[in-house]
Amino acid sequence: MARRDRQSGQRRGGTGLSRRKMLKGAAALAGVAAGWGAIRGFPLIWAQNIKNVTLRQFGTGVSNINEIAAKAKEDLGITLEMAALDSDAVVQRAVTQPRSFDVIDSEYWMLAKIVPSGNLQPMDTEKIKLFDKIVPIFTKGELAGKPIASQGTAPFKVSYLSGPESKEFSKMPTRWFTLVPTIYNADTLGIRPDLVGKIDSWKELLNPKFKGKASILNISSIGIMDAAMVCESMGEVKYGDKGNMTKEEIDKTMKVLTEAKKAGQFRAFWKTFDESVNLMTSGEVVIQSMWSPAVTAVRSKGVPCEYVALKEGYRAWAAGLGLSKALSGLERDAAYEYINWYLSGWVGAFLNRQGYYSAVLETAKANMTADEWGYWMEGKPAQSDIKDPFGKVMEKAGAVRDGGAFETRMGAVACWNAVMDENRYMVQKWNEFVAA
Amino acid sequence: MKARPERWRAVVTYLQVAPLVTVFGAFLVFPIVLITVVSFWDYTEYAIVPDFIWRNYAEVLASAVTYRTYLSTLKFAALTWAITLVLGFTVAYFLAFHVRTLKWQMTLFLICTIPFWTSNIIRMISWIPFLGRNGIINSALMSTGLVHQPLEFLLFSEFSTVLAYVHLYTLFMVVPIFNSMMRIDQSLIEAAGDCCATAWQTICTVVMPLSKPGIAIGSIFVVTLVMGDFVTIRLMSGGQSASVALMISNQLAYLQYPAAAANAVVLLIVVLLIVAAMMKIVDVRKEL
Repeated sequence: MARRDRQSGQRRGGTGLSRRKMLKGAAALAGVAAGWGAIRGFPLIWAQNIKNVTLRQFGTGVSNINEIAAKAKEDLGITLEMAALDSDAVVQRAVTQPRSFDVIDSEYWMLAKIVPSGNLQPMDTEKIKLFDKIVPIFTKGELAGKPIASQGTAPFKVSYLSGPESKEFSKMPTRWFTLVPTIYNADTLGIRPDLVGKIDSWKELLNPKFKGKASILNISSIGIMDAAMVCESMGEVKYGDKGNMTKEEIDKTMKVLTEAKKAGQFRAFWKTFDESVNLMTSGEVVIQSMWSPAVTAVRSKGVPCEYVALKEGYRAWAAGLGLSKALSGLERDAAYEYINWYLSGWVGAFLNRQGYYSAVLETAKANMTADEWGYWMEGKPAQSDIKDPFGKVMEKAGAVRDGGAFETRMGAVACWNAVMDENRYMVQKWNEFVAA
Repeated sequence: MKARPERWRAVVTYLQVAPLVTVFGAFLVFPIVLITVVSFWDYTEYAIVPDFIWRNYAEVLASAVTYRTYLSTLKFAALTWAITLVLGFTVAYFLAFHVRTLKWQMTLFLICTIPFWTSNIIRMISWIPFLGRNGIINSALMSTGLVHQPLEFLLFSEFSTVLAYVHLYTLFMVVPIFNSMMRIDQSLIEAAGDCCATAWQTICTVVMPLSKPGIAIGSIFVVTLVMGDFVTIRLMSGGQSASVALMISNQLAYLQYPAAAANAVVLLIVVLLIVAAMMKIVDVRKEL
């Protein structure tokens, strides 16, 4: 309530504008100071005027990490009201209820649906202090000087907008940005190495050897891409762009999958994180499409599980923070401040320790031990036990991360999570597959 | 002078009915009207557009998936109904006629409700370690040497789906049948015995006809619950079977509200027809 009163007060009062300008100036000054502190890894001074501001954030990825909200309160004084939803619900709410949030934690593929609705406010890159330090996957579409795979909704394709009021994506870098990346990762198949042995290709998912013991995720937009990786590696289907299939490609893919289903290849389909963990730990499934933290969860129960590096590469995804159209004034300053804080290192280290990747690597590195950095980011054997951000031992000394170093994993990305032009047709075909 | 108290009585009656009418109007009639209205709207990837089109219904009724899904949902409903009816009738019969004292009847009846002390989801999930490949049943069968391969059909199959439905819904059959049986005059049973009827004849000619209202009410519960289910089917079939309600929930997830609304209206009509058919066979109100 207080928040709304303050806003309307500003709108009514003639002095509102000048006051806001003054606050902005103060925030910018404080931000510069903060930025300097951040690079050294010790963000000490943050803007004082944004204390007591409440920001409502919702989303899929980082929005269910309460530690981040608590740390933001401690460092910035901002109260974050976080709500975690599943991906479909995020799109739904962003499109239908733009006034119900200040900051959105969205995945990049969702932007194709959200941006045309006009509910996202283009972000001014000049207000993002560490913008130049963001991993170039997002800002330039490349990694270590090499272009990154562009199949699917590669973040670079939807990172820039053509103007401050625009609903159009820009192919070239501009001053206006859609999302500041928070977490991203490269997904692959998870297996029980004790029951499967060594595999090196996506096609193993439909290998009759694992009949009745395979699983695929039942979220059509992601499941179809895993299916495409499989079909392509089997040589059954050739794709122009796996992230934007033609009707014919969709039909062929679903035909391969439906035949496998009818032959009893799949034990179950999963929709939530917990389901995939349960299927693997109970031994119902020995090979399936999986998410990185789920692999960790299986291992922490004492069950061997490997996130295999396959020769065809990974299916990658990324999420980031964006601003609501309705956000203005002090709240907008606070949101920028929050995003700058996000990139300043503490959060990055926190996320890296969970097996995700963060946007600005050098500030994260400054917040991690050399051993942690070596294990998570450089693919080196752990010198001592590796702990998750909550202090629980995840890996014993000597362990090496599946798939190796950051550049090896992200460099081997084959396609990105996406919404296709033929989305409606694809969903319909996917439902037929489930009902078959 | 006489008219006033009568008019007054009419007002009181309306007042007495008013709360129920308001609640039903606001939470039942209004939403259904709204759903029906939306089912004629158009939609895009990210918005719904007020309109009057038949496309949503055309898509529902022209799709082979719809019919396949209805067929499978009806099959599950029929199987569950038949099994819960036999089980429910047997349990209710035992409680009503074989347990002598009211105290024990009530005790045993309460025991029937124990499964409802935990949440629906937990009850379903607990089937997994029980029926799974490395679950209790398969371990037991393997160690006794009855089978050499774990029985795969036990979990994530039509079998496990029907099993979960029966587990969840049998009580909905037991309660109304038990209630009907308790109203049967004991002297009718004795009379049947005096006429040298066998126990089976008594059940078929006396108990069964007099329990019909209970059976009808229980059947309505079970059939409507199975027809509207989208959680049990997903968890117990491992996401490999579809149901009508699951189809609706998928459409909601993809922002296809009008399509989901059209589907919901069709489902509502189908379920109402089934219920009407049941009411036609048994006049529940007359026999209560």
